[in-house]
Amino acid sequence: MIAIQNINKRFKKLQALDNINAEFNKGQVISLIGPNGSGKTTLIKSILGLVRPDNGLITFNSVPVTEDVAYRSNIGYMPQIGRYPDNMKIGQLFSMIKNLRNTAKVLDEELYFKFKLDTLLDKSMRALSGGTRQKVSAALAFLFDPEVLILDEPTAGLDPLSSEILKEKILVEKEKNKLILITSHVLTDLEEITTDVMYLQDGKEIFFKSMAELQEQTGEEKLSKIIAHMMKNGLHKKEVSYLKIAT
Amino acid sequence: MLKISKYVLYDIIKNRVMIGYTAFLFIVSISMFQMEENSSKAMLSLLNIVLIVVPLISMIFSTIHWYNSYEFIELMLTQPISRKKVILSEYTGISSSLVTAFLIGVGIPVCIYNFNDTGVSLLLIGSLLTLIFTSLAFLASVKSKDKARGIGAALLLWFYFALIYDGLVLLILFAFSDYPLEKITLVLSSLNPVDLGRIFIMLNMDISALMGYTGAMYKDFLGSSSGMIYTLGILIIWMLVPLTIAIRSFNKKDL
Repeated sequence: MIAIQNINKRFKKLQALDNINAEFNKGQVISLIGPNGSGKTTLIKSILGLVRPDNGLITFNSVPVTEDVAYRSNIGYMPQIGRYPDNMKIGQLFSMIKNLRNTAKVLDEELYFKFKLDTLLDKSMRALSGGTRQKVSAALAFLFDPEVLILDEPTAGLDPLSSEILKEKILVEKEKNKLILITSHVLTDLEEITTDVMYLQDGKEIFFKSMAELQEQTGEEKLSKIIAHMMKNGLHKKEVSYLKIAT
Repeated sequence: MLKISKYVLYDIIKNRVMIGYTAFLFIVSISMFQMEENSSKAMLSLLNIVLIVVPLISMIFSTIHWYNSYEFIELMLTQPISRKKVILSEYTGISSSLVTAFLIGVGIPVCIYNFNDTGVSLLLIGSLLTLIFTSLAFLASVKSKDKARGIGAALLLWFYFALIYDGLVLLILFAFSDYPLEKITLVLSSLNPVDLGRIFIMLNMDISALMGYTGAMYKDFLGSSSGMIYTLGILIIWMLVPLTIAIRSFNKKDL
């Protein structure tokens, strides 16, 4: 569904993405994992067309994303830090987005009601707490029942109850055979939902494998153990090569 | 596109700066006409104010508004809306509100006290200058990510066009006063929309005879109907070129 070919992106001195290749398909839930500043958000923003890669090609249903913006109507995006017009109220924001999309699709307002945003319609976006902002972002991402969901640290800043609601919602969407891209530092959040793992470091794709493959390779069950195992091994290899050079 | 412009307009109306701008222009214009017995003298004073204030306010307001609506722009770009559409709707929203403010603030007094060729050309030039300087402001703000730098660049551009440029032209005219410079001054004035606008309006007043040989030359060329089309054409180019460059660089920008 989404194909990424040889993507590079450089921000002045920082190589944010270094020759990334990947293909994401329907029914996959891909966890993007990596340390801070490893290029996860840049990759997501490149898919959305917010960041323009230096070279390479990203296609959505085999149409390059730079060619036509219509593909974005199939994507629900929940940003890491939701930034919204300060002087708008929650109600106005939702009615504006609905008005701009103007789709005949049935809206999916489950999160909107579960997060009780309908009781906050008159609150100005300026006055919102970080958590409520996250709730607005989540409700907007799921609102148009998109085929692809891109969630950048969805549970960061949410209270346990809301976080649980969101996780359940993601599971429901997974059952509908959607493509879900998700980044998070809380590996236990990803545990139950992920089908594939992409590990990034310094803009490089260290590995991109399915859970089954990883479990077989490492002999571990849990995602956090798998990641720990992979990182240790990766480090180990590096040390060995260092030793070779030294001796 | 109009849908997005509607939200931009709504945002502008809500923050009341535009109402203040309209009121300011209105009060200034009315008091000019009240103070001067001779309405064409009042027009001359009004012209000088318009040529300074309109570009300044257009630039500052557009730049600040651009940076303030950055979140809005980001939000639009996560929706299936192209970048060109987003920036053009921003431009339409801002420039149409500025032009409306100008046409109410200056237009109504001019229509009451001095409705003739000069009055109409003042309104035309004022509106065009608003469009031109809004597009210059867009260029400055798209090119600089930092708010302070964007506003600084906009201010510098204004200084250049409103003050520094005239000084440079005078310097050139003075240094090369032994040579025939009529044609060159014509070209030089085309390089500054404020100057071009000033000449355009002056030629519609009767004072161009006071401007000497160069004035006569101007009148000969710019006063003719083809000269008028030339002036308006150049002004429209002044609006389109910065806007096109701004759209191009916005298309390549990372958000």
